[in-house]
Amino acid sequence: MGVLKKKLLEDIRFEEGLQACMNCGICTAICPAAEFYDYDPRQIVNTVQTADDETLIELMKSETIWYCGQCMSCRTRCPRNNTPGYVIMALRKLSQEMGFFTESEKGRQQLYLKRTVGDNVLKYGYCIYPKEVKPEIHPEQGPIWEWIHENRTMVYDRMGGNLDKPGEGPLRAIDKETLNELDSIFEVTGNNEFFKTIESYSEKQAHEMGLQINNTMNCEYVKHINTANEKQHQR
Amino acid sequence: MNDIEKNVWRKYQKNIADDNYFFVRSCIRQNFFPASEQAFLKIMRNVLGKNVIEDPKHTTCAGIGYHSDVVTFDTLQTIMGRHFSLMTEAGIKNVAISCVTSFGLYSEVLETWKHFPKELEKTRDYLYKATGRTFEIPENIAHCSDIIYKFRNEIAQKATRKLVNAETGEPLSIVDHIGCHYSKIFPEYGEGGAEFPQVLTGMVSAWGGNSVDYPERRHCCGFGFRQYLVQANRGYSVSNTYKKLVSMEPYKPDFIVSNCPGCTMFMDKWQYTISEMEHKTFGDGNQGVPVLTYEEMAGLILGYNPWDLGLQMHQVSVEPLLKKMGIPYDESLKFADKNGHKSSVPFQPSYIL
Repeated sequence: MGVLKKKLLEDIRFEEGLQACMNCGICTAICPAAEFYDYDPRQIVNTVQTADDETLIELMKSETIWYCGQCMSCRTRCPRNNTPGYVIMALRKLSQEMGFFTESEKGRQQLYLKRTVGDNVLKYGYCIYPKEVKPEIHPEQGPIWEWIHENRTMVYDRMGGNLDKPGEGPLRAIDKETLNELDSIFEVTGNNEFFKTIESYSEKQAHEMGLQINNTMNCEYVKHINTANEKQHQR
Repeated sequence: MNDIEKNVWRKYQKNIADDNYFFVRSCIRQNFFPASEQAFLKIMRNVLGKNVIEDPKHTTCAGIGYHSDVVTFDTLQTIMGRHFSLMTEAGIKNVAISCVTSFGLYSEVLETWKHFPKELEKTRDYLYKATGRTFEIPENIAHCSDIIYKFRNEIAQKATRKLVNAETGEPLSIVDHIGCHYSKIFPEYGEGGAEFPQVLTGMVSAWGGNSVDYPERRHCCGFGFRQYLVQANRGYSVSNTYKKLVSMEPYKPDFIVSNCPGCTMFMDKWQYTISEMEHKTFGDGNQGVPVLTYEEMAGLILGYNPWDLGLQMHQVSVEPLLKKMGIPYDESLKFADKNGHKSSVPFQPSYIL
């Protein structure tokens, strides 16, 4: 067994998600991602079951591990109680730890996700926060969201919310002591280090691609990874 | 039903606590359907007389970050341990969870601790080191839709109207969508399991509506976490919602009801996007099909003001449904503030008026 397979086995989700796959393909048949992308979870599980380090590195550098939407429909249908979605999660984590994620267009998007939902957790205590859901990057949200976004103090007040204020209720301000506890949890569990790893490999990749990168969302690299669709992802 | 049948069905039924809940909110619902969470609390406290505690110190569970692969499982477990610590401090043993993604993850964490006790030990260590906190494991966890389902008959008794067409007296045709993470990962945690989810159908039937089946009922709405959050990937998200909407179209639903925050939002907002991109609408004329949360559905039969329920935050207009149900509303107050003062009004799209 290669070093990387051993590393994958250290991930509890890998242990829980893959016992002995018989390659029946039900996971691919039920998978919404397989319908949209050139994606085959059966093949990924097969590769992981049999792979040496070289093949695993190739997999973790590829686009394919980033196509799953983690709906976990595969878990319900697998006759062996495997969860290909968990295998994907373990592969994605290792891909980021080893720096392989920046080799693919879809993998590079991890910096965007880290700087949005990831950083929101520590900044606000929420994964999603209204002022960050900007209509210009979310045109699909439509005119009602634009109205809510522009009038958010009034709208959330009308809805029984408590936007940015102390106390109970929807969108209340999370107090400083609580945010410090969250930061401390991220520190102790290694998530702050994981964030630094994502930032560091991304910075290296930006330089290799000749794109400007800084700590804002407006730099060339972040804008590029959020919008680029230059590879062939569909069949 | 004979004893054998009862035994077969027993595994599809779950134990839901009767009273005394520690309430944890949803990130997406607070942003997009905050009045639904408030309606849940109002129904629980004022209609059913239940004790529901909210601690402002609870936070996101970080589930969207976890399923976007930027928050680790160790971190997720420790944040949940912190929530259990707040619950323990409040002297409560049951958790009422507003979000389906969170609910799936609470189930995952509790199952992990059962099967891998070292993970529980590790989480206790992490939490203590980070915050000095300790915690008890809850006796019961339930999604908020489970709880409304449990008390559906009591709610029906207090209702002022039914889910029927006020003019014809016919039951409304209602399609449901259950969030994938409600029971696809841990079927035993969902009412009806993954195969026969009863949680929304049970409410619809108890409140006089007609629950209509459709081919893609169990298909994912298409959120896909990174598949929506990153702009380049959103084709995945809208394509899956489109598949569902096309599948339910022949059944001419009066509305869609969902128990998942993201699914409710996407099926509402993507109807707007599809109408602008493809000039395609799924309701009568140029209208969309309203998408309601289960609390909004409950609130309408309990006689709550539609604008107090937050129905003006939906992109698909709900007025045709309100008219069909014979529910009075003041159009001039739709976009007003809480004191009835008028504000600006949203831009009118070409379709989905």
